Amino acid sequence: MSSYSYAAPTSVDEAVEVLATNAASGQRTQCLAGGTDVLVQMSSVDREPRLLVDVKHIEETNAIDIGNNEIYIGAAIPSAILNENEELKALLPGLIESADLIGSTQIQGRASIGGNLCNSSPAGDTIPALIAVGAQCVIAGPDGTREVATEDFITGVGTNCMSDSEFLLGLKIPRPGARTSDAYLRFIPRTEMDIAVAGAGVALTLDENGVCTAARVSIGAVAPTALLVQEAADALIGTNVDDVALQAAADACSAAASPISDKRGTVVYRRKVVGVLCKRAGAIARDRASA
Amino acid sequence: MAKVHVTTSVNNQPQEFLCEPQESLLNCLRDEINLTGTKEGCATGDCGACSVLVDGRLVCSCLMLGVEAEGKEVTTIEGIAEPDGLHVIQQKFLEHAALQCGICTPGFIVAAKALLDKHKDPDEETIRYWLAGNLCRCTGYDKIIRAVQDAAKELAA
Ligand SMILES: Cc1cc2nc3c(=O)[nH]c(=O)nc-3n(C[C@H](O)[C@H](O)[C@H](O)COP(=O)(O)OP(=O)(O)OC[C@H]3O[C@@H](n4cnc5c(N)ncnc54)[C@H](O)[C@@H]3O)c2cc1C
Ligand code: FES
Ligand code: FES
Repeated sequence: MSSYSYAAPTSVDEAVEVLATNAASGQRTQCLAGGTDVLVQMSSVDREPRLLVDVKHIEETNAIDIGNNEIYIGAAIPSAILNENEELKALLPGLIESADLIGSTQIQGRASIGGNLCNSSPAGDTIPALIAVGAQCVIAGPDGTREVATEDFITGVGTNCMSDSEFLLGLKIPRPGARTSDAYLRFIPRTEMDIAVAGAGVALTLDENGVCTAARVSIGAVAPTALLVQEAADALIGTNVDDVALQAAADACSAAASPISDKRGTVVYRRKVVGVLCKRAGAIARDRASA
Repeated sequence: MAKVHVTTSVNNQPQEFLCEPQESLLNCLRDEINLTGTKEGCATGDCGACSVLVDGRLVCSCLMLGVEAEGKEVTTIEGIAEPDGLHVIQQKFLEHAALQCGICTPGFIVAAKALLDKHKDPDEETIRYWLAGNLCRCTGYDKIIRAVQDAAKELAA
């Protein structure tokens, strides 16, 4: 393709048709949600002309549906809108916090969870939070929709499991029951506007006695993809999520990490910090679940 | 590729323009419809000089395509003043000397307008976090914060 073009389909079928037709013709296609990754890349590392398919004009990418068993969040909803939804914030505080960490007020006016996930950066803040709450990615393609667990969605640095004729519709998350909550923490060298050096998301359920009956722990920015750390969850389940259990979970996260050294932090530092973040996020999730 | 025809509203006026599909809203505002009040500092979403409101929501116009403005309502710095003079926020920026070179000022004022539309009585921390995406290399921020606090007080009065 020698020049850029733009399409704004208004239904799932139309979007899949546009994507599939363009993929078949061998031309480059890219979905566009809030554009806060796409436009930055277009003006720097990746200037190659392409068809931009705006996925924001489709009902399913904009819907929020809080059901009795399941919560659906459209892929293209800007984090500012998610953050204004008090019910969502009460049910999934950690996930919404992770979206609220992305960039500035201006960036949050556009940046979506779907874009954060599909950009598939190792440091994407919503990804560990999505893994922790057990989010399923709803993908639309020529054969209808399919669902993939978030931890299986991302396949490497900047890559994911979708084909050129597929796109992300939204995320399905089991509705947290009683005494269930989540938390996400990241470390950045400043207080705002930076990329995670390490991040950790924890979701857990307590019984009436405060004993943890289920947990999911995920870490970000310390491996090519965000990881689900089963050993960390196992360290919490069956305990009161006290300091000893949290330290064991932290150690499991440090052990699972395989970070790189760069200007934001060294391997040793990231390993250490990701454990600390797990411990703190675990304590927050515990306190929220028992509140 | 032919240029795309975009029909939108800018500062409450119907507006049409032609642009390339990859052109940012910032460039469309400045180059296609000659509204040069909105500034470019970085073109990567980091500095906020390009801040505008789209359907009332604060965004970086450098990270939005011009074609995405189709059917939207865009408010730029040129649309902030009242018919009979400066907006309170603009007036307070002058009174508090909250600008020096002025390149960041349109972005700060548009961002502050969005803040005060949403939060009538923001505390200092709220103001500082809200404006964290607006960079200023001249003032050291303090006078900007004072100007916004004073504007909030006056708007509430
Ligand atoms: C100043 C600044 C600060 C930032 N700070 C952070 C931060 O703190 N933490 C962080 O994690 N990120 C940060 N980011 C990166 C970016 O804002 C986020 O990744 C954001 O969530 C991307 O969402 P978007 O809707 O803008 O995606 P887009 O830019 O529209 O898309 C991102 C990628 O996902 C693909 N895509 C988007 N939606 C879909 C879909 N529905 N189906 C298929 N593919 C899709 C696009 O093709 C593209 O490859 C920052 C960016 C900037 C400019
Ligand atoms: S020019 Fe848009 S944020 Fe700097
Ligand atoms: S007044 Fe010069 S950058 Fe702010």
